[in-house]
Amino acid sequence: MTDSHPTTLVSADALTCIREERILFDELSFDIQAGDIVQIEGPNGAGKTSLLRIIAGLSRPYAGEVLYQGDNITRCRDEFNEDLLYLGHLAGVKSELTAEENLNFSLRISGYDEFEPREILSKVNLTGFEEALAGHLSAGQHRRTALARLWHTNCRIWILDEPFTAIDKKGVEELEQLFLAHADRGGCVIMTTHQDMSKIGDDKLRKIKLDYRFV
Amino acid sequence: MQRGISYTQSFFTLLQRDLRIAVRHRGDIFNPLLFFIMVVTLFPLGVGPEPQMLSRIAPGIIWVAALLASMLSLERLFKADFMDGSLEQMLLSPQPLPILVLAKVIAHWLLTGVPLILIAPLLAVLLNLEQNSYGALMATLALGTPVLSLLGAIGVALTVGLRKGGVLLSLLILPLYIPVLIFATSAIDAAGMNLNYGGQLAIIAAMLVGSLVLAPFAIGASLRVSTN
Repeated sequence: MTDSHPTTLVSADALTCIREERILFDELSFDIQAGDIVQIEGPNGAGKTSLLRIIAGLSRPYAGEVLYQGDNITRCRDEFNEDLLYLGHLAGVKSELTAEENLNFSLRISGYDEFEPREILSKVNLTGFEEALAGHLSAGQHRRTALARLWHTNCRIWILDEPFTAIDKKGVEELEQLFLAHADRGGCVIMTTHQDMSKIGDDKLRKIKLDYRFV
Repeated sequence: MQRGISYTQSFFTLLQRDLRIAVRHRGDIFNPLLFFIMVVTLFPLGVGPEPQMLSRIAPGIIWVAALLASMLSLERLFKADFMDGSLEQMLLSPQPLPILVLAKVIAHWLLTGVPLILIAPLLAVLLNLEQNSYGALMATLALGTPVLSLLGAIGVALTVGLRKGGVLLSLLILPLYIPVLIFATSAIDAAGMNLNYGGQLAIIAAMLVGSLVLAPFAIGASLRVSTN
């Protein structure tokens, strides 16, 4: 959004992360505004997933803090969680449940009570697989089951760790369009990916670079 | 896009999901039950079939076997959810974490604790338990096994991130199980001698109420630490 007063949704304040006695990043600060699509870049092991987990509040940083609309996320966890949609590189899809049951569960646990699971699944091309156990689906379909939540949410902050893994080209384009629409609605997307994106141009995409450091 | 799920609804959503998964994965239910039955039936073979001796040790055997069976089944409580990322989603859910973990623990107890309670009187016959003790046996198991699940879940939550957490888990939670074992067997013994066992039962009930209220918070906090 090109508002004159962009709202800051999430900001990182001097984050430091240490894993296995290696400093992944040090004093990292940034603000993410409504309407931003942010890609965290860096080689394997640079700390992209660690950074996403810290922003989501799953891990604690060694130093520094993550702010949601100016408040530390550990102090306003309920409001933050209500506004946050996080998809890790583990999809959180139960292989013993069908695609529809999985979606039903993840939407209800996020608090939604009125939705049409079949309609949402059709948006991720899973029509005809609603009754299939997620364990019997292909890797891409498995991933799509998790991604289906993106089509029914009013969370503004999306944190997505490698959302395009195992998704075909057409699916990636659909997701990119969804991200753009989400950013236009005043949301933000924070993600990592190694794939090139065709729809989201460089003008729309903000990048945060992490380097692999030997310290 | 209304968000109108109440706490009770989210509790039952999770409970229903866990029960459904368990029904599709039946081995998980039968394993602890089979263990319980085997331990109890092997004892008369080991110590000899003398009825008096058996009825003397019956309360202890049944309770120790139930305790170990419950511990054996606990390790899987959060493991699968941790491995496939559902646990992260639960931690980030806008619903209060203690309610969600309470649903998981109760689902676990329904699947592993309740079958033990139902089969226990049958096994008590094999061990020639005193006629008067059956009521006490059922009452202590009904009040005691949920305590085992709730306390054990704290240990499981603390060790879920470890690759080989099994040994640590036993060391962590066995000391917490001992009071339940002492009061339960003492109640059954008292009942066998036609004494009043209300006191012991009240203490186990107090432990149940205490852990029902406090354990979900401890489990939630432990899960946050483990997934850090």
